[in-house]
Amino acid sequence: MAMRLYSVAVYLFLYVPIGIIVLFSFNSGRHASSFEGLSVKWYGKALSNPFVLEALTTSLIIALSAALLSSLMGTAAALALQRIRGPLRAMFDGLIYVAIMIPGIVIGIATLIALVTVFDLLNPVLGALWPADAAPPKLSLGYASVIAAHTLFTMSLVIVLIRARIAGMDRALIEASEDLYASPWRTFLQITLPQLFPAILAGFLLSFTFSFDDFIISFFVAGPNTTLPIYVFSSIRRGITPEVNAIGTMVLGASLTLLIIAQVLLRRREGR
Amino acid sequence: MELNVSMINSDKSGSPDIQFDQVTKRYGDVVALDNVSLSVERGEFFSFLGPSGCGKTTSLRLIAGFEQPTQGNVQIGGVSVIGVPPHRRPVNMVFQHYALFPHMNVSDNIGYGLRQRSPKPPKSETYRQVDELLEMVQMSGYGKRRIWELSGGQQQRVALARALINKPTVLLLDEPLAALDRKLRRDMQIELQTLQRDVGITFILVTHDQEEALSMSDRICIMREGCVVQMGSPRDLYDQPSNLYVADFVGKSNFITGSVTNINGRYVTVEDANGRTFVGAPSASASGFSVGVAASIAIRPELIVVSSHNSCAVDMATDVALNGRIKNRIFLGEHTEYLIETDGLGDILVLSPKHIESKRGAFEPGEAVALGWKNAAALALEDS
Repeated sequence: MAMRLYSVAVYLFLYVPIGIIVLFSFNSGRHASSFEGLSVKWYGKALSNPFVLEALTTSLIIALSAALLSSLMGTAAALALQRIRGPLRAMFDGLIYVAIMIPGIVIGIATLIALVTVFDLLNPVLGALWPADAAPPKLSLGYASVIAAHTLFTMSLVIVLIRARIAGMDRALIEASEDLYASPWRTFLQITLPQLFPAILAGFLLSFTFSFDDFIISFFVAGPNTTLPIYVFSSIRRGITPEVNAIGTMVLGASLTLLIIAQVLLRRREGR
Repeated sequence: MELNVSMINSDKSGSPDIQFDQVTKRYGDVVALDNVSLSVERGEFFSFLGPSGCGKTTSLRLIAGFEQPTQGNVQIGGVSVIGVPPHRRPVNMVFQHYALFPHMNVSDNIGYGLRQRSPKPPKSETYRQVDELLEMVQMSGYGKRRIWELSGGQQQRVALARALINKPTVLLLDEPLAALDRKLRRDMQIELQTLQRDVGITFILVTHDQEEALSMSDRICIMREGCVVQMGSPRDLYDQPSNLYVADFVGKSNFITGSVTNINGRYVTVEDANGRTFVGAPSASASGFSVGVAASIAIRPELIVVSSHNSCAVDMATDVALNGRIKNRIFLGEHTEYLIETDGLGDILVLSPKHIESKRGAFEPGEAVALGWKNAAALALEDS
């Protein structure tokens, strides 16, 4: 009984603040302290704010690119890992789980330091190599650096998902295809890929969600770009407005939807 | 880039369809197949029979190309297939759990083999052949069904049709009936046999079910621990097993173990642990006996005569007479199976046909009986 109360308390502690944000996003009044009636006017306000829209666009570009890259590279990596055996494979498996467990702040700082160091080394070289009459390109933090950092982080998720799917796949399907005169490449296209597709799609959606919601890593490596979470963070410093609540609720809704779709994809039995 | 699938030419008439020359397959320290040589003739229904781990599945996978031999040579249609990948071999396989593609419907599964050919046949031709195959396996109208909507027996038929559409030189069947229930298995055995005669393709079956192998095959290869124990027609294996292992594996038998005390031209005498001697004709495929070696006398249950208590050998017209007591009776329709407890020889299994049972009346459990057999019905076997 005491345990049950305890777990109820934990869930309340976790979800009540989120519930309050959702509730107050529909508050018609300006102040977060009192609820004055239902309204969706803050949603309209948020969606007509050019700064919000710009941040949203930035976030979408980054999340889409990172999700595409990580599902492509993650699938390739998972298929390659399937073919190696022994200590090398154990090492890679270990590294993948480490990548998932490392806190975002560590990835953020480490990526920032690594990128800045490399840029500092490469920029003079580029400047020396470039013809004197043109301005040399200057490497700096921006879209590419956030996308790279997010891809690095979400790729390990994709690999884990696809490895699980490959492990659950019937090896005889591949053999049956080969036996029916399909070349290895055609077997991959016609059997392996369709069998892995739900896991690849789920990996894509999860990567998208993680990248879209990420604040910490983006904060370190985004350079001048403002993603939606960064925008929310900076506007909170000017006080919590119902507009921020509305943005938060929309992000929450989108993320939950994608997560649920991913779960459904992963649960469906093979091929169905 | 599309590879041109060039099948190996398998039309050298006169050579057997499949030939193994001293084939050995090792997985690390484990020997799965030990120096096996055999050949399967064109149009034959050939079975590999043995318990799990005997090397029968490995043999099939060597033919399909999923494994390569460690030593020796494998030929299909007189051409060595060492190093030839599965998709270039003119054989097709029915997998143990069918391995139907779950993301395709029945028609697409069956037509899969045709679509891999280059040049790809026109769509209308593929449809026509798929329909033909559907009809052959009695599944017309099921083309649009999904795989998981089918029963086990229907999946089995689809797997068969899928493997036959390319008209392979050899059809490989890996325990194809193991997942079906008993009644369906019987029906499919008959269908497979009929089908094989109709299409005239060489069938190679792997099974651990001796009844299945006996009822369908032209020739059976009995395997144990990676070696061939005996190869022959079902009748040869049943009547003339080369040793105790084969006699025990193929059909039911009663065994009296002991050692050889005498050999004359036609018979071998074996003395059991209690000092009683029994006589049996040496199996035609046995390699030879010598006095003092361990041997067994085997008697098939249907060759033993049961009679009422106090009958002697002369009454029963047998060479051996024993007393016993009925321990168990199982009515099997055409036959009645008795388990009879005897003094010194343990339990003996007897199969008594219906016409004899109805003439003299069935024995009740607990009843004292006499039993016997003719020496000519007993086989002398080496203890493998």
